Amino acid sequence: MKYSIFSLARAALSGHQNWQRTWRDAAPKDRYDVVIIGGGGHGLATAWFLASEFGIRNVAVLEKGWIGSGNAGRNTTIIRSNYGLPGNTGFYELSMKLWERMEQDLNYNSMVSQRGVINLYHSDAQRDAYARRGNTMRINGIDAELLDQPALKKMMPFLNFDHARFPVQGGLLQRRGGTARHDAVVWGYAHAASGLGVDIIQNCEVSGFTRDANGKVTGVETSRGKIGAGKVGMAVAGSSSRVAAMAGLRLPIESHVLQAFVSEAIKPLLPNVMTFGAGHFYVSQSDKGGLVFGGDIDGYNSYAQRGNLPVVEDVCEGGMALIPMIGRVRLLRQWGGIMDMSMDGSPIIDKSPVEGLYLNAGWCYGGFKATPGSGFVFAHLLARDESHKEAALFRLDRFRRGAMIDEKGQGAQPNLH
Amino acid sequence: MRIVCPFCGERELGEFTYLGDAKPQRPAADAGEDAVYDYVYLRDNIAGVMSEHWYHGGGCRAWLKVTRNTLTHEITAVEPAAGAGAAKVGA
Repeated sequence: MKYSIFSLARAALSGHQNWQRTWRDAAPKDRYDVVIIGGGGHGLATAWFLASEFGIRNVAVLEKGWIGSGNAGRNTTIIRSNYGLPGNTGFYELSMKLWERMEQDLNYNSMVSQRGVINLYHSDAQRDAYARRGNTMRINGIDAELLDQPALKKMMPFLNFDHARFPVQGGLLQRRGGTARHDAVVWGYAHAASGLGVDIIQNCEVSGFTRDANGKVTGVETSRGKIGAGKVGMAVAGSSSRVAAMAGLRLPIESHVLQAFVSEAIKPLLPNVMTFGAGHFYVSQSDKGGLVFGGDIDGYNSYAQRGNLPVVEDVCEGGMALIPMIGRVRLLRQWGGIMDMSMDGSPIIDKSPVEGLYLNAGWCYGGFKATPGSGFVFAHLLARDESHKEAALFRLDRFRRGAMIDEKGQGAQPNLH
Repeated sequence: MRIVCPFCGERELGEFTYLGDAKPQRPAADAGEDAVYDYVYLRDNIAGVMSEHWYHGGGCRAWLKVTRNTLTHEITAVEPAAGAGAAKVGA
């Protein structure tokens, strides 16, 4: 179905009783040209771009639970393209441009809100680093503004500017950054991809790969039977190592838990997305009024989808250091998601060493903002067997070649990225 | 999650720092590029029981080998890590 002002009026007049299903709940066929493992944002975006941009419509997306039940529903909904390293800068801007036209492309309201993302700085050295990053962005045609303290005070008077240890001196602002409704992103891609013939198959867990005599992947074994595939693409977020192991692969990835939090709803307070440059705390206010925030990963391997208290304390301290007035706001919910922490903190989008199997992995905890860009470049790789130019540096062999994309400069330490 | 340090007793997680999987062993100097790549970058990333290295920086400052289930966070064994720390313990 197609959404419009008339469909909305019609549904409203009939008491919202007659909304149709927005995507088909398909049963698996025997064979597809492309099978995508993982019905999150990245997997569904890949299927949509395969169908809409590359003309491959005999596609299935397999999801072990319900679509969007993994990390698509476990993030802090921030979108931005304020990266400084070659490889990242262009890729995230491609993604940002796709966010800006997503609702028109998908005929779905994903509530993309370009309210701005501001990274605060607290020292002269940090100001210089942000100025450099802002310049890198502007050279590449991306918007960035360096704000001094008076400009910031006008915008966010409630910040703790006089903090004894980390006084807020200013910030790097990307006005085109912001937030998007995470569930609606999944639903929108499912809605649009399904409309072009993509089969979205839920409650279908992959338990192995079928291979031919030469070792080439010819399909997947699932809880709903064998499904043949010309090519298989993996977009399984924190489970990449487990799925790749079924094909005998070891990856430069560790799985770690990242916690996030929502407060009770309060009146409009935060005009934008804000990050605390001295600690690690990022926060925005949802359209319902809750403060949505998070910080570091817990720092040790985990598949538990729940975190531990030291990080809860650390994140709340970060929030209090920056906005003391939120101290009496109650915490409503907390959750944990499992991240693919790669060895350099950047994603891997590449053919795997096993023929017929393609990797979209290692998003660390920045995967949400990458959703449309990731889908586009992964669809490009699956359709044409060559990397898109904006993903050409996200190759798996970059670790062996010493060509890492280490935005944080932490080396091969996944728990620090 | 709390870790029972063999020297200090049960302590809260904030006192410890994580290094990672205890299984990878530094290859010999002449082992070649593949062995070094494997050691530095590739991980089993086990979903289940795993041996890992933790540093008790907020206590005795010993390196520990902790056996922990990554699916449940349950810890079943903690012992001094092999190497310098353990040698001191034995001395």
